[in-house]
Amino acid sequence: MNPDTMIDAVSAVFMVTGALMSLGAALGLLRFPDLMSRMHAATKPQVLGLFLLLAAVGLQLRTWWVWPVLVLAWLFQLLTVPVSAHMVGRAGYRTKHLHPELLSSDELEAVVQQAAAKRGPDEDGRSA
Amino acid sequence: MSRKRISLRQELPLLVWLVFVWGALWQDFSPGNLLFGALIAVLVARVLYLPPVELGGRFNVLRAVPFALGFIGKVAVASFQVLYLALARGPNVISAIVAVPLRSHSDLLVTATGHVISLIPGSLVVEVDRSTSTLYIHAINVRNVQDAAKLRKEVRDTEAGLIRIMGTKEELSALTQEVAA
Repeated sequence: MNPDTMIDAVSAVFMVTGALMSLGAALGLLRFPDLMSRMHAATKPQVLGLFLLLAAVGLQLRTWWVWPVLVLAWLFQLLTVPVSAHMVGRAGYRTKHLHPELLSSDELEAVVQQAAAKRGPDEDGRSA
Repeated sequence: MSRKRISLRQELPLLVWLVFVWGALWQDFSPGNLLFGALIAVLVARVLYLPPVELGGRFNVLRAVPFALGFIGKVAVASFQVLYLALARGPNVISAIVAVPLRSHSDLLVTATGHVISLIPGSLVVEVDRSTSTLYIHAINVRNVQDAAKLRKEVRDTEAGLIRIMGTKEELSALTQEVAA
């Protein structure tokens, strides 16, 4: 097998698996019950999905100069995904967009209530 | 404005990163372009000043490479797990919010640990208590106390890996003592 077919085969596998991750995100959005479990499906498979798709692009373009841009694109994704996931998750928790009956334990609830009691009712329950 | 002067040594990682971004975006790493990029990087860092990130003062590349590879491996495995959970369990999946106290009190390490944990599918940082450096993590498919303990251990192992890469000397020696004990 010559190297070109090898590279084509590897990038084909990467692209299909990357697309599969997008499918997984869509399925998770449909299937999971509440905001936070949906967050897991919607944001996270893209970390791997984007990695695979960018790697496939890099393999297909066959120039070295494209790799730093692809690394950059992925790194910025790595930096921003957890921040957005955290902000949505945090807001979702505070506005009670979750099903308590589907949590096996919630170690945050007591802490939030304690903080709210200490601050008094006139302030909102934001902690530092 | 109270603006703390920062040494060039402290600023250097930021400048190197900015020059790399410049070169990558132009897809041109020739010396002339890099020099111009460095000029712009210094200008940006001076004019658009942000509080410096307090680095631990060391960075272990030999530890960072296996950590990065292990991270990608974990992301791959966990991605398929979440996919399986979406298909098999779907609406009946049981999650939990687990409090994980971290060893380090440095903002950088708490942030890095939170990032790594958030990037691995199946766990998400809901809240951070900076005063006690505790992460509150929402994790999918945590059905009982054993699962929660496993998650807690995994987060603390991640933090240990990050301390070995870029923690301060004090944090590193505290960690080695803890492991030896």
